[in-house]
Amino acid sequence: MAINTEKNTYTLLFAIGLVVIVGTLLAAIDASLKDKIRVNKTLEKQQNILYAIGINENEGNSVSFIAAEKAEEEFNKYITKQVYIQGNDVVEDDKAYLIDVKKEKALAKDPNHKRKLPLFIAEKDGRNLYVAPIRGKGLWDAIWAYVSIDEDMIIRGIYFDHKAETPGLGANIKQRFFMDDFIGESLLDNEGNFKGVTVSKTNLDPKNEDKYDNEVDAIAGSTITGDGVTAMIRSDLSLYQPYFNSLNNN
Amino acid sequence: MGLLSKKDRQLITDPLSDNNPITVQVLGICSALAITAELEASVVMSVSVLFVMGVGNVVISMIRNIVPSKIRIIVQLTVIATLVIIVDLVLKAFAYELSKTLSVFIGLIITNCIIMGRFEAFALGNGLWRSFLDGIGNAFGYAVILIIVGFFRELLGSGTLWGIPVLGDPIDKTGLYAFGYENNGFMLLSPMALIVVGIIIWVQRARSKHLIEE
Repeated sequence: MAINTEKNTYTLLFAIGLVVIVGTLLAAIDASLKDKIRVNKTLEKQQNILYAIGINENEGNSVSFIAAEKAEEEFNKYITKQVYIQGNDVVEDDKAYLIDVKKEKALAKDPNHKRKLPLFIAEKDGRNLYVAPIRGKGLWDAIWAYVSIDEDMIIRGIYFDHKAETPGLGANIKQRFFMDDFIGESLLDNEGNFKGVTVSKTNLDPKNEDKYDNEVDAIAGSTITGDGVTAMIRSDLSLYQPYFNSLNNN
Repeated sequence: MGLLSKKDRQLITDPLSDNNPITVQVLGICSALAITAELEASVVMSVSVLFVMGVGNVVISMIRNIVPSKIRIIVQLTVIATLVIIVDLVLKAFAYELSKTLSVFIGLIITNCIIMGRFEAFALGNGLWRSFLDGIGNAFGYAVILIIVGFFRELLGSGTLWGIPVLGDPIDKTGLYAFGYENNGFMLLSPMALIVVGIIIWVQRARSKHLIEE
């Protein structure tokens, strides 16, 4: 090679060149795929919400959504109403499922901001289910869930997901054995106060037969992810309680 | 294998035994501890590393004569990160389900020291074809250990393989559990991966004595 690769000017030029090439390449790829990725994400949200109300293709122990091609059609069929709760107001909005829970949660730190709480009302087998998206922190990064509850605040279906929990440990929150334990658990205690559901290491009920203990069995080796799930349910779902109270008083 | 000369063949076979990246070169230990609680995760990680190693080694080898040695590490990191991000974006657009399975591994691939180690030790000084073989060979060597560790950790820790129960049901006390067998929860924690790797190193050195350092 005729070029002296050890010279400072060369090094600098090389670095600049590399950044320009890599930057352009990534920006171009990102720009050209952006729309496709957005569509995929929207469909995934619809699939998640449908999963929570029991519209899925689970077989055995699998976690299978309905096909992406069918998601939109089924979503429109089952979700009869979408609202967001803002303070004491309940606003109907047929794009409420696109509300960014992460953003709303961050904005809520400002006391003047009135947080929008999205809620999707589904009708299935002649009864109403209310799906709430919630979000919290796991061990490494965000965890989130779609929880479908009935008027009595009993969980009828749940779908957990996470960004970067450890495979085989915390990542198991999106496995059937964990998610299915929540079904039938009440979010309220016997007096009707909000209690949430605790992911417990000491509940001594691995088959989860006791549905009134506000507890499910934790996963070994995933303490912090489990605590994150407990905290997420407590902090986010409790915000919906006033809505359910007013629902039952009418 | 008429395509490969004896030397080329060694590039593939050595990392599988006497020059294994994990047990002999002691590279990539961190990811071997982090994601081997399940067999499936081990395999997914192995395939991802296979891809990044193969392509990455070729790219580095291609630009090896024009990279200033002062910033070579940064250049290597940039190449790995770019490759991984491209793969991630393409998967998100065309194979969304798969991309979700892989997303956890993206960060682990970038920080995997096997990749940097092989870029530095091999691809910077060798031609395209040999670098490619070296990348593939080391990825296979890495995969073998990961799969062995994943196999034992999942089997002994959860009593399952690839998520399928093989020893019976621990709650209903069927199969092996009927005789008082219990899953060893310790196997699911990272320190046990280190011990399993240690046992593999022990077995390997007991068999090939020349690996033992004086």
